[in-house]
Amino acid sequence: MAPVIQIRDLSFAYPDGQPALEDVCLDVQPGEKVALVGPNGAGKSTLLLHLNGILPAQRGSVQVAGMALMAENLPRVRSLVGLVFQNPDDQLFSPTVFDDVAFGPIYQGLPEEEVRSRVQEALAAVGMEGYAGRASHHLSVGEKKRIALATVLSMRPEVLALDEPSAGLDPRARRGLIALLASLPQTMLVATHDLALARDLLSRTVVMNAGRIVASGPTEALLDDPGALEQYGLV
Amino acid sequence: MHVHFLDPYHQRTSPLHSMDGRVKLLLTLGYLVAAALLPAGAWPVFALFFGLAAAAEWLSGLSFGYYWKRSLVALPFALAAVPLVFTAGPPYWQTWGAVSLSLPGLERLISIALKSWLSVQAALLLVTTTRFPDLLAAMRSLRLPRLLVAVIGLMWRYLFVLVDEAGRLSRARQSRSGALPGCPPGGSLPWRARATGGMVGSLMVRSLDRGDRVYQAMAARGYDGEARSLPLPPLTRADSGLLLAAGALLLALLLVAALGWG
Repeated sequence: MAPVIQIRDLSFAYPDGQPALEDVCLDVQPGEKVALVGPNGAGKSTLLLHLNGILPAQRGSVQVAGMALMAENLPRVRSLVGLVFQNPDDQLFSPTVFDDVAFGPIYQGLPEEEVRSRVQEALAAVGMEGYAGRASHHLSVGEKKRIALATVLSMRPEVLALDEPSAGLDPRARRGLIALLASLPQTMLVATHDLALARDLLSRTVVMNAGRIVASGPTEALLDDPGALEQYGLV
Repeated sequence: MHVHFLDPYHQRTSPLHSMDGRVKLLLTLGYLVAAALLPAGAWPVFALFFGLAAAAEWLSGLSFGYYWKRSLVALPFALAAVPLVFTAGPPYWQTWGAVSLSLPGLERLISIALKSWLSVQAALLLVTTTRFPDLLAAMRSLRLPRLLVAVIGLMWRYLFVLVDEAGRLSRARQSRSGALPGCPPGGSLPWRARATGGMVGSLMVRSLDRGDRVYQAMAARGYDGEARSLPLPPLTRADSGLLLAAGALLLALLLVAALGWG
């Protein structure tokens, strides 16, 4: 099967010269659930920002569903890859929950009834029916995280790229979010420090350190290897 | 992901960079006041003023092009002086019916444009060679109201946070700006305008909230409304001498200009 995400020799440095990614190669198969782990500053978020072309590849290439990430493919790619940012306040920029969840579908040019049904479907998927009229900044962090997920689900993406989905959640909200993510069929690439979440949810783990991928394999095997966890700074 | 482009300071090792911030601030202020007081049409003195700026630019270790290009931002403001060309009195250079081009008016327009160009160069010199905290310290030592300096400092600190935040919002929006085959993407213009309005609104609400949190953090560490800081060491003899010499030079130039063209 052709990989849905294909990254080859991707390198990226921030404008101040700080290298963030170096020669990253990664294939993700359709339906695969991948954890992206590693210490702070390892390049996880930077890698996610490359998946829909928010950051352009400086060297190497990124392909999503066979499309190279060039200017003319970006709108199509952004419909395919739902990127959820770590801080839900960044994700939610509209006055009401409805406006935020409807943003992607409206931008895609869908007719009004379709937009309304997409919003309902997405809010139902994250268990937040009845929140459509609420103002985003009055929600709790757990609620915001769910709504942030709904804002990309309404675009019916094939790939979900999630940055620290469980950060800042209380235990119950975290458990609820894990159950929610487990119910979603999309291909997933999840940057996280939450190794228990990775074990519950994501069958493959990719370890990053200092901008490079240093290990990749089944999550169980990696997390059961105390030597590896120590070596990669995961404990 | 952070913005750096807003900070005009350039790290170099030059005599200007190592000069005391207070001296640079005073020299710049003196230069600005003197340039503003120059009489119109004193072209040789304008040239000397330009020479002073160019010498300082050469000393700073950055290219002339850097300063000259950036200081062009002053030119649009000089447009405000364009009416002078038509309203100032005789002698006239050209007359077309009711419209006449006044020679003294033209002279004043060019003088104003030159003055603003020189002034912006001086300000650029100050900010490219002085780190912002040093500039704040210099302002404090010159007895600018402490509260004002504290507000400028906080504004500088949080400008970057605000721009970062705006950048994150717009990335989140870009991420969800997708297209489907067979559907014209983008939505209607009023809808896009409303989405942008929502972003600006949430940025403002968040800035207000952040302001509250920052104040709480300051209060938690004992802030009582009075901005305090450690005193700076007194100016060295060389610095005071330089200030006196520069002040005398600027005064002399002004005097020459006033006698010759005033």
